[in-house]
Amino acid sequence: MRRLLAPVRATTGTARWLLVAGMLIVALFVVFALFADWIAPFGFNQTTGADGIKFEKLSPPGGAHLFGVNDLFFDVYSRVVWGARTALLVVLLSVLISVVLGVALGLLSGYVGGWLDRTLVLVMDAVYALPSLLLAIVFAFLLRGTLGSGVAAAALSLTVIYLPQYFRVVRNTTVSAREATYVEAARAFGASNTTIMGRYLFSNVIQSVPVIGTLNAADAISTLAALGFLGLGIQPNEASEWGFDLSRAMDDAASGIWWTGLFPGLAIVLLVTGLTLVGEGLNETVNPTLRKRRFAKVEMSEPAGRTDPLGVPAGVGATPAGVAVEPVADWGPESGEEAAR
Amino acid sequence: MRAGSLPRYLLQRLLLVIPMILVLLTLVFFLLRVAPGDPVTATLGDRLPQEAIDARRAQLGLDRPLIVQFFEYLGQVATLNFGEAISDNQPILGVVRDNGGATLTLTLGAFLFALLVGIPLGRLAGRRRDSAGDVVIRIFGVVSYAAPVFFVGLLMQMWLARPLGLPTSGIASPRVMFTVSAEPITHILLVDAILQGNWAATGDILVHHVLPCLALGLLLCGIFIRLVRVNLLQTLQADYVEAARARGIPEKQVVKKHAFRNALVPVVTVIGLQVALTLSGAVLTEKTFNWPGLGFKLLQYIEVRDYIAVQGIVTFIALLVVVMSLVVDVVNALIDPRVRYQ
Repeated sequence: MRRLLAPVRATTGTARWLLVAGMLIVALFVVFALFADWIAPFGFNQTTGADGIKFEKLSPPGGAHLFGVNDLFFDVYSRVVWGARTALLVVLLSVLISVVLGVALGLLSGYVGGWLDRTLVLVMDAVYALPSLLLAIVFAFLLRGTLGSGVAAAALSLTVIYLPQYFRVVRNTTVSAREATYVEAARAFGASNTTIMGRYLFSNVIQSVPVIGTLNAADAISTLAALGFLGLGIQPNEASEWGFDLSRAMDDAASGIWWTGLFPGLAIVLLVTGLTLVGEGLNETVNPTLRKRRFAKVEMSEPAGRTDPLGVPAGVGATPAGVAVEPVADWGPESGEEAAR
Repeated sequence: MRAGSLPRYLLQRLLLVIPMILVLLTLVFFLLRVAPGDPVTATLGDRLPQEAIDARRAQLGLDRPLIVQFFEYLGQVATLNFGEAISDNQPILGVVRDNGGATLTLTLGAFLFALLVGIPLGRLAGRRRDSAGDVVIRIFGVVSYAAPVFFVGLLMQMWLARPLGLPTSGIASPRVMFTVSAEPITHILLVDAILQGNWAATGDILVHHVLPCLALGLLLCGIFIRLVRVNLLQTLQADYVEAARARGIPEKQVVKKHAFRNALVPVVTVIGLQVALTLSGAVLTEKTFNWPGLGFKLLQYIEVRDYIAVQGIVTFIALLVVVMSLVVDVVNALIDPRVRYQ
């Protein structure tokens, strides 16, 4: 929990506020996803109530149907809640697969080098150059024959998009870390290649992955919805998917029916916004060039006897007389005022 | 040629493009051919008897070894021949010519909107970091990027089109479409209407552009806001900006002359990087507004499972992206000499 909240503590002012807002939004959808069975009043493909009577097609919000009913007799509110589970599941799967594959390939490519490295870099660069949605469309189109149009096919179609990013980051870090002194030392001790890759390089290379992961998750939610909107995503009988619901709602819009499209659309916007805010917040704490630190207050005329952080009594040694500088690393909310520049 | 000279950089960059294109073409070809079933059966399988399918396959040369077909494909692409669709026998180059124009005017309009709105907003946000304005602009940037094009399009169709009297489907009214495309000059509808001096048609086409360009432009706008903001923040911390301040130059001038101009350099790079994203967004915009562009056509071919047509269009887009990134790199090298030394 402490580690989880570390980025929050490291930020200040607006940045912290935005990060917390993002985390809350994401948390809301995680709750939706985990407890959909309890939160949603109906199943994701349920078209009749408990009394066996079919829902009234396209009935407006109100009564038993908080967000109304869509043209397939589905309860819109339930579809939104169940959609959170589908979206997060697909995104988690695709990001996980691309992280595992990307990190493994990147480590191998960067450490081994040679023609393997050159080939992989070229292929990954080529994949990365293509428009991501186009890539996902082609893969969804190809996978439809073998894997059908469920969660697995959608997750794999997205994996292809994100794989090159992890590969690139991990490979480049590995190439520079390979020559580092600590790796040389490990080699001198007689560590095997697998040990060096697994223990020394892996832990150093893995650090930038969470930031890319969160930002990719945001992007993956939109891409999944886009696939669904184009009719190449998850079909409505397999799971509830917001993009598909929106594609059905396009026809309703002309006749003034707003509730079938508005709610799934808002769900996408909210979740993507939340994930982006978290990703950017993490990025700002990891990337020192963007960070605005909380500077420690510099106190003049220190009472005698107090020591500065180096353990040197005030007024003695290198520190100018009477000036105590608190450690910059300690940016808790209580430590000093915020300096604007 | 001396290191860092422009011709040398251009040559290096050009040489890098060739393997890239080869890898892309190989990927596209094998991806679409490894798929189960052959293209003819996939497209026409439920409509023709087996003998007819075999005859069609032989006619298209699809019964030959894959490697032979691959080299033939490479040869064709080298002469800008992207094959012929199986479903409607259209040459793909003709499809690109007839539908590419609509995609071009859509994306250019969107870029124009994004630049005109995004850059000033990003500058404002970066200039007054953490002010209320900054927070509002940043949230606008994040949300406009987060909102899917088709959702924005849907909202516009529901709540914006009727009160403003704007069309929500197609690039022109059917009549205009018919008269203007009867005598194509450039195959870009808007340009043709202007060249024909048909001002009523031009107006009609422009009005049809408003909502689609706005929907796609909002997506790109978020990117420019973020980019300009972050770059301005970084340049404002640079030593030369500090030096300018120390010389007593008013803050307004410092931002305008010293920081902002340099913050704009990466925007050129990013415009190049956004070509791929813009094309992704264009596919969705075209579907949302029934826009007769390349993405719309691609989706139609996907629906009828026409592998050859999909392969042709994807090949074209891949080449386009590579060429655009080359162009952007060259422009960058012209603007910023540091690039040439990397």
